[in-house]
Amino acid sequence: MSAVPGTRTTSLRVSRRELFWERLREQVPIGLLALASVLIVAMLGVILGNIVWNGAGQISLEFLTTAPRGGMTEGGIFPAIFGTVALVILMTIAAVPIGVATAIYLREFTPGSNLGYAWAHLRAARHWQERLAGFARVLEVLLARATRAAVNNLAGVPSIVFGLFGLGFFVRFVGGGIDRLVYGGELVYGQPAIIWAALTLALLTLPVVIVSTDEALRAVPRELREASLALGATRWQTIWRVVLPEALPGVLTGAILAVSRGAGEVAPVLFTGAAYFLPYLPSRLNDQFMELGYHVFILSTQSPDVEKTKPLLYGTVLVLLGLTFALNAVAVLIRARVRRRLRARS
Amino acid sequence: MPTKFDVIRARATEREAIGGNAAEPHAISFPAKVQVERFSFYYGDVRVLHEITLSFPRNQVTALIGPSGCGKTTLLRAINRMNDLIPDTRAEGRILLDGENIYDPQVDVVRLRRRVGMVFQRSNPFPKTIFENVAYGLRVNGLVRNRRELEERVEESLRQAALWEEVKDRLHESALTLSGGQQQRLCIARALAVRPEVLLLDEPASALDPIATEKIEALIGELKRYYTIIIVTHNMQQAARVSDYTAFLWMGRLVEFNQTEKLFTVPREKLTEDYLTGRFG
Repeated sequence: MSAVPGTRTTSLRVSRRELFWERLREQVPIGLLALASVLIVAMLGVILGNIVWNGAGQISLEFLTTAPRGGMTEGGIFPAIFGTVALVILMTIAAVPIGVATAIYLREFTPGSNLGYAWAHLRAARHWQERLAGFARVLEVLLARATRAAVNNLAGVPSIVFGLFGLGFFVRFVGGGIDRLVYGGELVYGQPAIIWAALTLALLTLPVVIVSTDEALRAVPRELREASLALGATRWQTIWRVVLPEALPGVLTGAILAVSRGAGEVAPVLFTGAAYFLPYLPSRLNDQFMELGYHVFILSTQSPDVEKTKPLLYGTVLVLLGLTFALNAVAVLIRARVRRRLRARS
Repeated sequence: MPTKFDVIRARATEREAIGGNAAEPHAISFPAKVQVERFSFYYGDVRVLHEITLSFPRNQVTALIGPSGCGKTTLLRAINRMNDLIPDTRAEGRILLDGENIYDPQVDVVRLRRRVGMVFQRSNPFPKTIFENVAYGLRVNGLVRNRRELEERVEESLRQAALWEEVKDRLHESALTLSGGQQQRLCIARALAVRPEVLLLDEPASALDPIATEKIEALIGELKRYYTIIIVTHNMQQAARVSDYTAFLWMGRLVEFNQTEKLFTVPREKLTEDYLTGRFG
């Protein structure tokens, strides 16, 4: 046995007392960490338990299929369910194509985002064609950066700000503009409506779609792209025939997550189209609509008889939660399937 | 003390001064399919290929050998401009395919890649059926008019890649159900389907077991009748077995190019000899 000169070998064994304190010093922090986790689970448990306990009894066919009666103290929530679903469908139609297009542009067409190199290229350019190409490249890099920054910041904007923006931009500016230009000043689109609410919500959920599509595209192996290009396929053919089919489940997951996020939002639709109560279901783009989240808000704050609306409130919250949970579950399932497939390949 | 670098550089200048090719003092004459002329390549500011000048003979197998990071794969990927896909890269010099500079601004890379096919180090079949994998290049290039023609070309390509007998009854199963060696031959079949003139192979057998490797090597010998083949390999025995010519690259420079037999038996450069005898790399 040899050791560095001057070192003493120490025994591996320690006394029971020392061992106890050693263990304690080790275990206490771990215990605190575990406690924090338990707290989260407990809180979720209490919230869900409370809602399910009080709301489950309220769920019935009648509750799900009829309109509110008696000043919101009786009846069901069908118009709110219908309005939410219609809203979310419109939102998806608006958000998914734009989000997917943005992600494809960012991931597939702006690979070099190094401004320094783009700038160096421009400065090294000698002929005017080269200069033009260099200039285009610098612009492209700037656009890509601006878009990424916008996506990140869009995700951080409070939803009430989206609501106000929707009122100012979509309802007043776009809607009002259409009324002035097309309907001669008659009030048709220049008022809160389901289309404006859906577009506002689309703006809010756009980052979700972009980020998840971007991730899905990034997960497509570079080898597949190269294989396609090496066979003489164009970039478009490669994206269309190889990359997108591979990324589709990820894109779908993003769309579903966006829907589940959008379905639960109240603030963006508050000023842009949600109605307190509507005697009819929305059938045109400029109709107002009832929405589950907003309905919860109304039931809890605007009711003439708080005690009588309480069960309705619990029931509505349960339906809203069930809807978003179900959507999330579908997203998780799709994601799990994709992961399995990816693992099977490697 | 002069480094190996300086020695090579000195010799190169010496030869250039007398009008010879840096790597070919006793010029070997053959009909060239691909000519690389003073070709340099940069990743950002880092130069990874230094004024390579080299010709690839028609209907022969040329091996590119050298230690990891010597630039052999970069050179290979430069021949069908696959490096264009890597951001912030730059090429200088020329590469001629049948006398046409493929880096000319007017060149359409899609056409180039149809004529210069490539098989990658890791087999990368599309997650589609075996049939669709081979049909892909034919479809995207619009090379067939009808289903019958498509089926014929797929069969022909699979036969050329010596895979037909193994897959003819399961053409419509996923390509991912094939073994590693079969997948790589499928990738070769896929590349052959568009009938390229040059076939670039980037360490095509490095992830395969000896039996699958043997099959691929035998296949390469068959294919050179129709194609000009350039193969990157870090397996020197493999280079010796499959190639007619060999180029030895070291740190982004071409050290020596010769008939494989000569390069392996009587290397002209000390560096080549050191590498071949395993003194480095």
